[in-house]
Amino acid sequence: MPVTTLDDLKTIKEQALPKRAERLAHASAAQDSEIRPPTPKEKRVILARCGVIDPEDVYDYIAEDGYTALLKALTTMTPRQVIDEVLKSGLRGRGGAGFPAAKKWEFAAAQQSDVKYMICNADEGDPGAFMNRSVLENDPHAVLEGMIIAGYAFGAHQGYIYCRAEYPIAVKRIQLAIKQARELGLLGKNILGSTFSFDIEVRIGAGAFVCGEETALMASIEGKRGEPRPRPPFPAVAGLWGKPTIINNVETLANVGNIIRNGAEWFTQFGNEKNKGTKTFTLAGDVVRTGLIEVPLGITLGEVVYEVAGGIKDGKKFKAIQTGGPMGGCIPEHLLETPMDYENLGAIGSIMGSGGLVVMDEGTCMVDIARFFMDFTQDESCGKCVPCRIGTRRILEILTRICEGEGEEGDIERLESLSKYIVAGSLCGLGQGAPNPVLTTIKHFRHEYEAHIKDKKCPAKVCRKLITYRITDDCPGCMVCARNCPSKAISGEKQKVHWINPELCESCGICMSVCKFNTIVVD
Amino acid sequence: MRSRDLRSVPLAPALTPAEDDPVIIPEQRAKMDAIIAEHSKKPGSMMVILNEIQAEIGHISRPMQNYLAEKLRVPLKDVYGVVTFYSFFTMKPRGKHRIAFCLGTACYVGGAEMLIEKAEQILGVKLGETTPDKKFTLEPCRCLGACSQAPAVMVDSNLHGRNAPDKIITVLRKYEKIENR
Repeated sequence: MPVTTLDDLKTIKEQALPKRAERLAHASAAQDSEIRPPTPKEKRVILARCGVIDPEDVYDYIAEDGYTALLKALTTMTPRQVIDEVLKSGLRGRGGAGFPAAKKWEFAAAQQSDVKYMICNADEGDPGAFMNRSVLENDPHAVLEGMIIAGYAFGAHQGYIYCRAEYPIAVKRIQLAIKQARELGLLGKNILGSTFSFDIEVRIGAGAFVCGEETALMASIEGKRGEPRPRPPFPAVAGLWGKPTIINNVETLANVGNIIRNGAEWFTQFGNEKNKGTKTFTLAGDVVRTGLIEVPLGITLGEVVYEVAGGIKDGKKFKAIQTGGPMGGCIPEHLLETPMDYENLGAIGSIMGSGGLVVMDEGTCMVDIARFFMDFTQDESCGKCVPCRIGTRRILEILTRICEGEGEEGDIERLESLSKYIVAGSLCGLGQGAPNPVLTTIKHFRHEYEAHIKDKKCPAKVCRKLITYRITDDCPGCMVCARNCPSKAISGEKQKVHWINPELCESCGICMSVCKFNTIVVD
Repeated sequence: MRSRDLRSVPLAPALTPAEDDPVIIPEQRAKMDAIIAEHSKKPGSMMVILNEIQAEIGHISRPMQNYLAEKLRVPLKDVYGVVTFYSFFTMKPRGKHRIAFCLGTACYVGGAEMLIEKAEQILGVKLGETTPDKKFTLEPCRCLGACSQAPAVMVDSNLHGRNAPDKIITVLRKYEKIENR
């Protein structure tokens, strides 16, 4: 039965409630482990329904007042009023750049064109970030509702969701959600009995990080190599197949329904002056509680690390927190008072990005981490512009050399000047942000670079060529290390002290990770 | 040791199909035809078709690319360009099970490299290679978005989290019999 009025939604809601209550009573322990109960500092808005509703049942979403925002927008508001309401809320793009979402819609609405496109960017590729996957998997209808409202606001009739191929469950659930929404008349021709028509198609990526960049993403939907192009013209003017196109991130769109439903004032109660609302972050790395969190914007990094995440695990010491994925920066302890918002993170050389937070303890080598990120960007650079393609490779070579104990005097300065050129000369955010991890680690952990270069030592005992493993005399001879050593470098008899042959040992550290008696040490 | 080695595709492998190429085998060719017929009318159909072929047949060989280019009436370079750009598309057949090691930040810090080395030792092949019995292919992959369960490994489309070097063999044994080495 197609839905056309508020009464229809209410009827569905009433029918769904008993079934839902019954299901919730049974599903107490079977919750997604990534979504824990909130801690006091958190405020769940986007994640409010995640883990609570059945993502494969549209009636469950309607039981939580789902699609009432769409009905409100279509029946009581003009497209202009929708844009104004979202503008008033101050909602900024959650994909990383933080551009006001409705400002973009305003540009696209002003374009005269018979065809306009609405794209949902679900190509979440930042290592360490998984909030978009969680929202798509656990609350797909919220994203659809946001997309339809956005399409109504600037006059699009076709939407695309560009999702990563690495997220098969998210793809399956969003496709099911689209099917269910079509059956109820919430998608397709004359939505909710109005004159507005809008449909959505899912397009799947194929493992290219750069496709998260909006112009590269559009090229990929067009069926081409995902290479970015210069802007202007901005997508809002000439985007997909040359038509005005708006691209919003999953989380941005998931906010739209709530803003229309509850009003802009409700949204502005969270956050600080320039950064309104809440933001989801993903916690990973060496903290007690990893997983998905949602906090008001402007909360400090320290509050997240120590109060929300419960501090560093195994009683170790905090070393750095990495924000913003491979284009972000590593932030040391003395900057933990920094509020998490677009401006303040930018001021200390990092970025908000999509909200991935990786906490590193004292056992992490910052030069090695910089090398890791450069390896990533070097591999994912599409190769279109020279500074990014060749510059990142040169940086990677220098960093690899430093990690292998062959660093030279002047390497740090070389890295800094190369970084400057890459930032200045690259076309898209990937190249412009690529040197950030190098620059921030040099700025805050210069002594570690110097230790690698001058003393040929890795203070965190990570860089393989600079460390050796040794078995102490307390070894009970359980033989586990010898069995697990991939290079067969460990020998010794049962119940006797083992020893490592330094000529065969490749310092992979597997022995140390499997030893239950802590008798393997690093020098 | 990462995927860049996979990306460096040798220049222009033969266009003439080998005997076991999917364009020669009638059933495989019928599958390709069905996929092309279903999607070719869509705007920007190239990625959709390639994704489906990759999922259905397992790889996209040069003769297959040639066949596709003729069917879609586009230059071969457009197909080849797209296939080589995206890391999900492969030109060589994979093994029965694809083992993808997540190399995201949390997994890297959590010891993903140790897992790779252990798996390489167990299976006797390097990252990017397929075992001689065609059962497993070891591959690096981009963040799987399972950072809270680092280090993560995806076998086919099943996720295995919180791995350790000495446990990886248990994961592999879920899929095929492996002798102790």
